[in-house]
Amino acid sequence: MQMNWPRKLLIGIPFLWLLALFLVPFLIILKISLSDPVLAIPPYSPRLDLSNGFEGIITFFSELDFENYIFLSEDSLYWKAYISSIKISAIATFFTLMIGFPLAYAMSNASENWRTPLLMLIILPFWTSFLIRIYSWMGILSNTGLINQLLLWMGVISEPIIILNTNTAVYIGIVYTYLPFMVLPIYATLDRLDGSLLEAAQDLGCTRFSAFWLVTLRLAKPGIAAGCFLVFIPVIGEFVIPSLLGGSRTLMIGKVLWDEFFANRDWPIASAVAVFLLLILLIPIVLFQRNEEKQREHER
Amino acid sequence: MNHTKPLTPHHFAPWQDGTSKPLISFSNVSKTYGDFSAIDNVDLKIYPKEFFALLGPSGCGKTTLMRMLAGFEEASTGTIEIDGHNMKGVPANKRPVNMMFQSYALFPHLSVADNLAFGLKRSKMPKSEIDGRVEEMLRLVQLTKFAKRKPHQLSGGQKQRVALARALAKSPKLLLLDEPLGALDKKLRQETQFELVDIQEKTETTFVIVTHDQEEAMTMATRIAVMDHGKLMQVGTPDEIYEAPNSTYIADFIGDISIISGHVQDIENERATIIWDESQTPIRGSFERNVTKGTQAHFAIRPEKIQISKTEPSQGYNKIFGQVEDIAYTGNMSTYFVRLPNQKLITSQMVNDRRISQRSITWEDHVWLSWHDEAGIILAK
Repeated sequence: MQMNWPRKLLIGIPFLWLLALFLVPFLIILKISLSDPVLAIPPYSPRLDLSNGFEGIITFFSELDFENYIFLSEDSLYWKAYISSIKISAIATFFTLMIGFPLAYAMSNASENWRTPLLMLIILPFWTSFLIRIYSWMGILSNTGLINQLLLWMGVISEPIIILNTNTAVYIGIVYTYLPFMVLPIYATLDRLDGSLLEAAQDLGCTRFSAFWLVTLRLAKPGIAAGCFLVFIPVIGEFVIPSLLGGSRTLMIGKVLWDEFFANRDWPIASAVAVFLLLILLIPIVLFQRNEEKQREHER
Repeated sequence: MNHTKPLTPHHFAPWQDGTSKPLISFSNVSKTYGDFSAIDNVDLKIYPKEFFALLGPSGCGKTTLMRMLAGFEEASTGTIEIDGHNMKGVPANKRPVNMMFQSYALFPHLSVADNLAFGLKRSKMPKSEIDGRVEEMLRLVQLTKFAKRKPHQLSGGQKQRVALARALAKSPKLLLLDEPLGALDKKLRQETQFELVDIQEKTETTFVIVTHDQEEAMTMATRIAVMDHGKLMQVGTPDEIYEAPNSTYIADFIGDISIISGHVQDIENERATIIWDESQTPIRGSFERNVTKGTQAHFAIRPEKIQISKTEPSQGYNKIFGQVEDIAYTGNMSTYFVRLPNQKLITSQMVNDRRISQRSITWEDHVWLSWHDEAGIILAK
């Protein structure tokens, strides 16, 4: 089929976008991860020098190696950081789901007049800077913070409990920040749910609870999956929350990455960490895409 | 009006038999939402094996009445009994009733077979029998080949049959059908009407159907309840409702009708005489029991019961003269719109038993309309 120019251009724009803003930067990072660290600006070698022509390119490629990746696999710090990130992300996703699902369910069952205001309330926190919100949590969770003051005043505790700079604080921060990503996709599926399906289930012998279990939950599954992926994937690489709310014992790959780049100035290792992180994330991203496709197929 | 319904060979009329036990009985049932009265003091008995139609315009309360049977609405006052048991406080899942939803409400995540098995799995039926029952239901609605399909892979008519089979799978005492043919196109609707009647007779289930389509109700139902503003306006067999409506509302709601209002001059020998226009002869005919001498009454007559001719009939009453204003030719029928001297329009319908070229009556002709005593009915309101 002959395609006309405007159409080619229209389809071409997103491709160009991805090429310029995803593929090219990724190739640069990949290249740096295969280089060696040096004390220079930029702090790695080799650098591609085209003045030497074809010879130059050959030498350039011959100097690239997988040294950094081998180093990653030898130093247990990195492995532990990856595993710990996945663990923290999974636990945080679980808590976000436990809080997000009831919220979304309540919203979808609210009267027509209430739904839009409730939806606004879920989105509202996005209107304040993310950093300010996390700093506020530091104020709330610290030893002299709101929670401890309140509990001390009420006499529940005699000395402050340490929340800030622990994994608990990290979980609180993640759940709080990522809640809308969980609530919105679940709400979207629940909102589309035909109320007569629940009546049909009850008519066919289900109690209210079993109708919820057999119909509502089953049909909300794509929304639940989408919400979980939307939280799980970015949280693995999360840097701000663990570094501000977490303590020295909170090990997350985002923090390791930051340390390698800015404290160690070891760009090649940092790049290797980033590339490997991307490889790990590919699995949930592919699963997420599958889930979306399946849902679309159902709605046809 | 469509009179294609095959007459049942044996006489089925449990509502006339004082000893029959009703399956459903509504006694003084009302339902109010705030100030709005959705159901207004309904008394109704429906008998086993009936195919009962609740007919009325949207918002008349027919759906609310059905949802009360299903257990999705509670009556504000009055009692509803199903099979002798008071249904007050009995939830939907504990009633011997199944419903076929207007939207079909098929579970999109389950295959056709799993949809049919859904209700059975919630019942006490042993697992080993469920497959057989599903098989049987698939055969009943001729969908055996589609057992593994998901609802979104089915056509509208197939979905409708799955919904019907799912509702029948648990062999309920009572099946409720909410506008079961509403989503189908006209041709499919007519075929499905007969299928529904067939299945109802085969399964010997009591059907209560909600519809706004009078033709549908007339074709399928053993009895029809016509509702308006939450009240039962008339309950009767299709022919009673059509031939002997109890009010001009019913007469007007079901099919085409001409209504002539006049003054009751005399009542004798089962006939009432109405004076309605000085230049025309009086109308004489059978009357509904609320008609009394000396009051206002309305004569209602169906177009197909009026003869049209160019010569004056010999009888001394039940004839009207006028002028043909319009003729609607619909192939087998011609409908004549006749303007009377008092500007009223009366319609008369004749079967075209001759070729149109031989038709003697045409536009602007002066004609006589006439009918015999039993053709129409005189109503009080």
